[in-house]
Amino acid sequence: MSDAGFVSATVNQPAIEAQIRGIRTNIIRAASVAGEGHIASAFSILDILYVLYHGILRHDPQQPQDPQRDRFVLSKGHASLGIYGILAERGFFPKEELNTFASSSGRLGGHPDSRKVPGVEASTGSLGHGMPMAAGMALGLKIRASDSRVVCIVGDGECNEGAVWEGALLAAHHQLGNFTCVVDYNHSGDRALMLGDISAKFRSFGWETTEIDGHDHEQIRAALEPHGGSVPRAIIANTIKGHGCKDMENNPAWHHKAPKADELEALLAQLT
Amino acid sequence: MRKQFVTTTERLLDEDERVVVLLGDIGVFAFRNAFKKHPQRVLNIGILEQATVSVAAGLAKEGFIPLFHSIAPFVVERAFEQIKVDFGYQSLGGNFVSVGGSYDYAALGCSHHCPGDVSLMQAIPGVEIIVPGHPAELDALMSQTYASGHPTYYRLSERSNRTAHPVTFGKAEVIRSGNGPTVVTVGPFLDRVIEALEGADATILYYTTISPFDAATLQQHAGDGRILCVEPFYEGTLAASVTQALRGKRIALSSMGVPRQFLTSYGHADYHDRACGLLPADIRARFDELLHV
Repeated sequence: MSDAGFVSATVNQPAIEAQIRGIRTNIIRAASVAGEGHIASAFSILDILYVLYHGILRHDPQQPQDPQRDRFVLSKGHASLGIYGILAERGFFPKEELNTFASSSGRLGGHPDSRKVPGVEASTGSLGHGMPMAAGMALGLKIRASDSRVVCIVGDGECNEGAVWEGALLAAHHQLGNFTCVVDYNHSGDRALMLGDISAKFRSFGWETTEIDGHDHEQIRAALEPHGGSVPRAIIANTIKGHGCKDMENNPAWHHKAPKADELEALLAQLT
Repeated sequence: MRKQFVTTTERLLDEDERVVVLLGDIGVFAFRNAFKKHPQRVLNIGILEQATVSVAAGLAKEGFIPLFHSIAPFVVERAFEQIKVDFGYQSLGGNFVSVGGSYDYAALGCSHHCPGDVSLMQAIPGVEIIVPGHPAELDALMSQTYASGHPTYYRLSERSNRTAHPVTFGKAEVIRSGNGPTVVTVGPFLDRVIEALEGADATILYYTTISPFDAATLQQHAGDGRILCVEPFYEGTLAASVTQALRGKRIALSSMGVPRQFLTSYGHADYHDRACGLLPADIRARFDELLHV
């Protein structure tokens, strides 16, 4: 979006790739310093977050509570390093602060806290809370006839939670055309519960759906453009957990693990 | 009290455009006029309490004052984590109004009993808990607190005291002052306590705000430290607040309320009062025990 007062960003593809590699580097370093973090979950959604904050969401790092902003809720809060990496890159807080991640004196927790971190709209962590909370925000914006929109990201494992589907029912019933829910479908939840055709499930709940490659920026951008209409949109983003770091890709060992000092350089060297 | 809840809420809807009412598919007929008058702000949200509380939190984030109404076990126990994290941790304001506390819905059995609601809500820092004993008290307390910026739990009761007291949020009322033990009671149990202590030398303190607990009034009226709590929810619910208020003082505390066991029979609330030992004669007997301490 290019509304006056809001930040939009357009840069060429090699520069974008370099930026994202830089964000991945920052994330891995932050996790390494902290000895904590869900890096692979963050990398799974990093391309989606990047596109969201470069030309899709109206946002102003200098006025993070501007009423005219679009809202983003990271419902899968354990991927906090992803949103921190993007918010720092956009200037919501200094990049150096990433290295305070999960520290006793820092504000960047293992799960994001809306009371502490500028740009974080909702405190999430308990799965299944953020999505219906985002729906409530969309409902409030609709009541107020605001043209701001709400986007949230849920994980596929999170879609085990009944509250996600309660939220899906509510969003469709209240015709929240200003609400978009992205499912980060990296299949990490398959080992517990197979979700199958998530698009069909959302459609049966009354949502408009689209399925994309969650690492293809053109597809992400097209899917995230405001769609108008009166029904919420679900974007099923096929993603790779740990995307961009070969050793982490689809490797369950890296679900909740921070690199040790002797692993760090090798991981950084393989970032794409 | 339920009728008053509707009347008060209708007034708040008229006066304050931030108020949004979410009904868990109960009270829909009673709110029929409000639905017509404020179609965007009075919603029969459905029977999905967990998402409803999260949606309410989203509304609160957008500057609205949500009010969620359903039956106590579904408001508090089913959606407890949502109240804890989405409202409590995020410091959001919202109102949770229940009916069916303890055994008000006695005939419906265990799934609809809820003597543990106040204990649970006490476990969330920052939650205000209000248990009015009369419709006029509900009106006064809701008016004082609905926009407090905190999560506020209102426990409506099927039974009321005969007269209303001039209640203030966060303050206990001194009903009677004496030289004997101090009786702390709550909301709809006041009348039976007054009846039980007829002729007894007792101090009676009446609480309609459970959290934050008015420690100062208890400290001023604790006498020699013999305290009897007569509670319309699980026995011992007030114990932590009472002992904390009187810390450092030698006390003899006796608590009576709903026993901490599943109530497996049905019938009416009056039956359960008797079965739980909560009739005036039971209260007097427990009070008399303290006379020998």
